[in-house]
Amino acid sequence: MLNRERTPLTGRRVQLMATCLCDAFYDDVAAATVEVLEHAGVEVAFPEGQTCCGQPAFNGGDWPASRRVVRHTVRTFAGEDPVVVPSGSCAAMLFHGAVLEFEKEPDAPAVEALGRRTWELADYLVNGLGVRTWPGRYPARVAFHRSCHSRGTDSVAAALTLLRSIAGLEVVEFGEAEQCCGFGGTFAVTFPHLSGAMGQLKLDHVRAAQPDVYVSGDMSCMMHLGGLAAREGRPIRTLHLAQVLRDALRGGEAKS
Amino acid sequence: MSAQAIDRFAATLPAETRASVYQSTKTTHEKRTRLLFDQFPDPDRLRTLAGEIKQHAIENLDTYLPQAEARLRANGAQVHWAGTAEAACAHVLRIMRERGATKMVKAKTMVSEEIELADYLGRHGMEALETDLGEFIIQIDHDHPSHIVRPIIHKNRREIATSFEREGLGAYNDDPATITRRARHHLRHKYLAADVGLTGANFLSAESGRIALVTNEGNSRFSVAATRCHIVLVGIEKIVPRDRDLGILLNLLGRSATAQDLTVYTEFISGPRDPAQPDGPEEMHVIFVDNGRTEVLAGECREILRCIRCGACLNVCPIYRQASGHAYRSVYPGPVGAVLSPLLLKENFPQKADLPKASSLCGACHEVCPVNIPIPDLLLRLRARAKEENVPSPGTPPMAPWALLASQPTAWRAALVAGRALNVLPTRLIPVPALQAWTASRELPAWRGGEFRRWLKARRRPAPPAAR
Repeated sequence: MLNRERTPLTGRRVQLMATCLCDAFYDDVAAATVEVLEHAGVEVAFPEGQTCCGQPAFNGGDWPASRRVVRHTVRTFAGEDPVVVPSGSCAAMLFHGAVLEFEKEPDAPAVEALGRRTWELADYLVNGLGVRTWPGRYPARVAFHRSCHSRGTDSVAAALTLLRSIAGLEVVEFGEAEQCCGFGGTFAVTFPHLSGAMGQLKLDHVRAAQPDVYVSGDMSCMMHLGGLAAREGRPIRTLHLAQVLRDALRGGEAKS
Repeated sequence: MSAQAIDRFAATLPAETRASVYQSTKTTHEKRTRLLFDQFPDPDRLRTLAGEIKQHAIENLDTYLPQAEARLRANGAQVHWAGTAEAACAHVLRIMRERGATKMVKAKTMVSEEIELADYLGRHGMEALETDLGEFIIQIDHDHPSHIVRPIIHKNRREIATSFEREGLGAYNDDPATITRRARHHLRHKYLAADVGLTGANFLSAESGRIALVTNEGNSRFSVAATRCHIVLVGIEKIVPRDRDLGILLNLLGRSATAQDLTVYTEFISGPRDPAQPDGPEEMHVIFVDNGRTEVLAGECREILRCIRCGACLNVCPIYRQASGHAYRSVYPGPVGAVLSPLLLKENFPQKADLPKASSLCGACHEVCPVNIPIPDLLLRLRARAKEENVPSPGTPPMAPWALLASQPTAWRAALVAGRALNVLPTRLIPVPALQAWTASRELPAWRGGEFRRWLKARRRPAPPAAR
């Protein structure tokens, strides 16, 4: 699985990798991530040169193209400070995928080193900083989406620890939670029928649980599911975990 | 219309077929999970250990295969080596001809499907009858298995009843018990009339030469009860070092495949009938089949040779559940098939290079695999190989321009701003296939490129002195 050696944390300074999706579509998620980290007493740096983790090309099989982006990312996130990502998928790309595609490359050690100090947000808060309870209040029924690239990592348990600790928040279960939503990066556009059918199944299960909000540690899944639901004319309310944590500090549901 | 064959196949799959595949796979998967986690404190450690045993075995075939051969010969069995499917089929035919045999009863074995043995024997005037109920139904329908463990997962009982009626096995009756009884009645006579019994081997211990066979119908036992000659087809990767390794592997196989503690029948056969034994075949022939396996072993996806053919990865796979097995155009469907089937084609790999792409890389297959095969990593390696070999991949967006953009921060930031055009232009007018494919069934969120960076800058701008 994805268990790995990690560089032990020393300070409380991190580099934020906002992810390309937040850079392009979900700025509020990135902003919430900053506020949540700062609330936890963490100093957040944002390397301006950042672009993307390289995953689209990696999954697409174009490893030379992907390595080009990963090399840029390694240069951009230089230094010793941990990298925190509000995405289980981008985090897994850095500590697992990139390592795989650099197996035979001379600069593999630099890629592995970046992987060892890369953390998904919830994992960083709970297992890195030792946060067990989150203050504030968020009166809502929340369904939590287990994004696939968090499989085998501690991120899902960490996110649920945080969510369940919030006053007023109820986590509701739904069917086949371990099943993929059908996003899968380029899979969503290369296999549109399968992707859509998997998404519909997920939406059926989530809607049956009647949550107020569907929360994830990955916006990619939410972009797919939210997009499908909106097209059907039956939109669902989706939020990133960071938004819920931030809004809890403000005492409840804020903008989506 | 999708450019990918598997996607098109799934889109046209009859709803009834999809429903039966989905129900059956989901039920088995959920039962498997309950069983494993109820019975073992940490089933993942079992999977890891089983994977290490199989990995050790396949990496030391040069030790274990000769050891197994020597043991089998000492036990009185005859051993044959087949480099290719044709060679394996030819061994079987020769053994049958040498004995003047014309009738074979066959237990379920995936490797016999892989080498297309029944067709080959048929062409050479031999009768090769499938005795596993599912495989028997496949045979009378001239169909192909769509699942490794449940070959007829794509059929419903009404179709089966119609087939039985057509074959003269009784008037239409779709009661499962009646179908089973009729098949049994038909097969019992065939067992008695057969000259040769053919089985696979779920495992073969190098230590003792013992083969382990699991079934739920007892048909493998019947196949070697009345026949004088037992032929075993076994892929070279089925070897395990010691008898005691069977303990963990059999424990995981039944639970992973059919959510049973143990299959109804488990047989251990180490050679032909001993003179002191009252019955059993007088001859036992073990045919070791390579058929591309050594090349897989030499490559970067050798972990796939750990596979014990339990089908758990098929059952959990969201793609398999939607598309069913025939979508994969291969004897081995689902996640394991998406890796193994193109590899077994050797230089014809491009013919099935689309299979590894039919995955969202969700990793559920890895999570359930009883021998811990990192299937998503292997799918990714095969995607990279397809790209390297310039195999066309219809519908896959080109990545080089994106990589160029994503490695130049200034261009990236400019693109973030330029993307705002998406908010004003009708998407159907933008000639980007990936965008078209996305918006065919989904809304695109509003483009807010660069907004976060602006927010962050504004927030970090030092406040004017007066405010301090």
